[in-house]
Amino acid sequence: MALLRLALRLLGRDARSGELRIMAISLVVAVASFTTVAFFADRVKLALSQEASQLLGADLVLASDRPIPDDFRERAAQAGLVRTETTRFPSMVAAGESSVLTEIKAVEAGYPLKGRLTIADAAGRRAPGGPPDRGEVWIDDRLAERLKLAPGARVAVGEAQFTVSARVVDDPEASIGFLNMMPRIVLNAADLPSTALVQTGSRVTYRLMLSGGQAALAGFRADAVPRLGPGQRVEDVRDARPEIRSALERAEKFLGLASLLSVILSAVAVALAARQYARRHVDHCAVLRCLGASRRVTVGLHAVQLAVLGLGAGLVGCLAGFSAQSGLAALLAPLVQVPLPPPGWRPAIEGVVAGFVLLLGFALPPLLSLGRVSALRVLRRDLAAPSLPAGLAHGAGIAAVAGFVLWHTRDARMAAWVLGGIAAAGVVSALVAWAMIRGVAQLGARAGFAWRFGLANLSRRAGASVIQVVALGAGLLALILLSITRGDLLESWRGSLPVDAPNRFLVNIQPDQVEPLQAFFAESGRTVPRFFPMIRARLVEINGRPVNSASYTDERARRLVDREFNLSWAERPQDDNVILSGQWWTGANPAAQFSMEAGIAETLGLKTGDVLAYDVAGTRLEAPVTSLRKVQWDSFRVNFFVVAPPGSLDEHPTTWVTSFHLPRGDDALMDRLVKRFPNLLVIDVAAILGQVQTMMEQVVRAVEFLFLFGLGAGLLVLLAALQTTHDERRQEAALLRALGARSRQIGWVQAAEFAVVGGLAGTFAALGASGVGWLLARQVLQVPYAPDPWLWMAGPVIGMAGVVLAGMLGTAGLLRATPMEVLRRG
Amino acid sequence: MPTIVSARGVTKQVATGSASLTIVDGISFDIEQGESVAVVGASGSGKTTLLGLLAGLDQPSSGSVHLDGNDLGPLDEDGRAALRGQVVGFVFQSFQLLPSLTALENVMLPLELAGAADPRAVSLALLKRVGLADRVTHYPRQLSGGEQQRVAIARAFGGPPRVLFADEPTGNLDSATGRDIADLMFELNREHGTTLILVTHDEGLSRRCARRLRLASGRLVADERG
Repeated sequence: MALLRLALRLLGRDARSGELRIMAISLVVAVASFTTVAFFADRVKLALSQEASQLLGADLVLASDRPIPDDFRERAAQAGLVRTETTRFPSMVAAGESSVLTEIKAVEAGYPLKGRLTIADAAGRRAPGGPPDRGEVWIDDRLAERLKLAPGARVAVGEAQFTVSARVVDDPEASIGFLNMMPRIVLNAADLPSTALVQTGSRVTYRLMLSGGQAALAGFRADAVPRLGPGQRVEDVRDARPEIRSALERAEKFLGLASLLSVILSAVAVALAARQYARRHVDHCAVLRCLGASRRVTVGLHAVQLAVLGLGAGLVGCLAGFSAQSGLAALLAPLVQVPLPPPGWRPAIEGVVAGFVLLLGFALPPLLSLGRVSALRVLRRDLAAPSLPAGLAHGAGIAAVAGFVLWHTRDARMAAWVLGGIAAAGVVSALVAWAMIRGVAQLGARAGFAWRFGLANLSRRAGASVIQVVALGAGLLALILLSITRGDLLESWRGSLPVDAPNRFLVNIQPDQVEPLQAFFAESGRTVPRFFPMIRARLVEINGRPVNSASYTDERARRLVDREFNLSWAERPQDDNVILSGQWWTGANPAAQFSMEAGIAETLGLKTGDVLAYDVAGTRLEAPVTSLRKVQWDSFRVNFFVVAPPGSLDEHPTTWVTSFHLPRGDDALMDRLVKRFPNLLVIDVAAILGQVQTMMEQVVRAVEFLFLFGLGAGLLVLLAALQTTHDERRQEAALLRALGARSRQIGWVQAAEFAVVGGLAGTFAALGASGVGWLLARQVLQVPYAPDPWLWMAGPVIGMAGVVLAGMLGTAGLLRATPMEVLRRG
Repeated sequence: MPTIVSARGVTKQVATGSASLTIVDGISFDIEQGESVAVVGASGSGKTTLLGLLAGLDQPSSGSVHLDGNDLGPLDEDGRAALRGQVVGFVFQSFQLLPSLTALENVMLPLELAGAADPRAVSLALLKRVGLADRVTHYPRQLSGGEQQRVAIARAFGGPPRVLFADEPTGNLDSATGRDIADLMFELNREHGTTLILVTHDEGLSRRCARRLRLASGRLVADERG
């Protein structure tokens, strides 16, 4: 108890003297950045679990991409479950001159079984207690906005006309969450046939929604799961909305990794500050030992101080994180679309624990070494301060960072990659920074007094200078990459698309509509685009072995196997396809065979010679893969993963697809087209790209927001490094004064050093951002990329300005050093 | 000879909690151009504080100091720094070289601060004079204690100064090296006609000066000549 009181008193004194400030602020930044993400993720998770059945609209749902077989309905009835059904699919909805791709949802009486459906009409907000009346529809805000619809307006859905009778305020299934951007419309299931939209090849999801007692539901589930066919699945409140959950997990990992930058930089600042603290306390400890304090007491005193500091900084960090998460939530609100409840306690506890882990990893080793200070140092100042075995000093820190990465990724393999990447980037960055500092120091030998002096200081403290340049550079790099390089990349990519690249896809064209459509294009004076046949088929066997999603661990492969493929046939490969291996078919009547897109073949582990079996509407089609093709997807032309020769697929139910370029402002053509062929789906590529870009910008803003913590942490590293050299700098300033230097001259020396650190960090960031940009351009986007020259100016200038400002603030006290100190400290 | 340093009723008090402690207590004297003066006394007698006040490193609580005819009282820190740059040289007990600069750069430093014409040539000549012509590119850590103090003396004579203040200049050196350094200082003192004011414990060193100011408890108790 006495130890605790003494430790607290000592802590208070250290805090007053400003010794602990950098360590405490660094911890706060690390915990704040970490908990910002954790609080936000917690809110989304709570929203999902609290509203699971609300979001599902039922206790249990059987979803299928074919009409639901009757025996499921019968078994549900036998089990005494209440049921209703919905049918959902995308289609065009038209009003007046405009039309928009919309998700159509047809509902029956009873919908929803769980949760609330709220609409607003002339009678105000209310729960309707049934589906829309026949001939009426309810629309959501997005559709109202896109088509400028008011209540009472008329809309065309397929071949039927409807009256808008209400606006949907809240629909369980509509709060779909992440990434769904299509407007929605609700109609009565009894009106569905009149639209004539459900045809062969339509992408329809049928949902049998059930509710009832726990036992009855469990019984139904146990009975149904083994009998599920391909394309069918059961969802209940436990695994409700798996797509949201997996999107959330990915988002959490991604944001977590973004916050990792600030955590690691803060850790560096904590390590620097702790080392300085320990160094300053060596004499203090020698006196304590001299006065009879045991090693245990000496270590105990410091351990208690550290614990109190960790707890305090952890709590403050949590508060800061809690405030910041509302910023993150606001930035991501358009993507989440679920009302978020306040977060729970867990992230706060995690945050405090995280602060402790950092503190233990980076600050405990140097403080523990204080226990080994010899009392003899009181007499002999030249006695070396004890140093730790390198393994312990660095090992604890590395273990702490590894723990963090593992926690964020929850995946040992990925954690290993991230850690390896960080280590490699750290080593390369340190080497580059070191080379830059050496280079600049050489240049500086011929510069004026202030520059030469500042540069000499910089290269003498090369280790600290490298850490400062790398830490600040990393923070700046992240921000430059997101703010400037991203824009450049998008511009390069857009510029690489031909001006007349197709920007509209027509899907769901029935066989008897191909000729009228060709005629339509010809009559309108347009080039008649090429039409491609499309058959939906499910991959069932590879080389005689049955496949399903369980056969693959890769998420993309599972998705591909789970859904139906679009197969096509063609006599010759498209112009932009390149055969990578095998041979395209020739001759009049080639045998059944497949040409596969190389990327999908790689995902599914296929090569030429493998025999695939497809289920095409109940008929089996078996053939070997005879060629692999490279497809240029971003040409926006129609392309297929799997193509067969003409003749092998013709007898199966077919729809057709085409793409064409619609010049800007030529909406009249589209209106006539949609009116003549109401069942067609028009996919507006530009609109989708626009939406994807908006979404990306929201995510990028959120990540930028997190990287601000990273930049703050980089500045803390600068301040911590300044703190470690503070005594030395003060002594130097005093000596310069004694030798006749004025305040301004001392200020210039300091500013020169900071300007070089900032300039190098900025150059480093610009170099890094251009490098990453170039890699992305080459490897991912495959477009030429020339970094904006502005970036090369802006990086160093921003770095210089920021560091000179922060550095001058951090060393303001030095200008007050009196020259008498040189005599006193002599 | 004209007066170069003049102290009138110089007093320095520092606040220690509620009380105030008088370190230098009403000291007055004049020092003429070219004199060599030792300030001697027991530890804590106020020698170093007095040196700081005479050199304008610190300001007296009361009384006045004139350095080369300038009253230090009205000058601010930058004004005093400018005067030091023109008039004063320093030699410290612990050398006080900047570790990031070579011997040559250390010597050049005050000349550069004062904006002198050719600091490099002047500094090279000075290093040659103190016997370190072959050490110009060495860093302080590569030099012995005696060599470091030679660099410090070369730096102090860069101006050249009208007054050289030395604080225990041989305190960190063995006696043989200390003698060499003292010889060098007195030689340069004669060559340049510089006034030398040094603080020392070493009675032998103090006897080489023409005049000794003896302090006890902050007061001037004896002013010995010869």
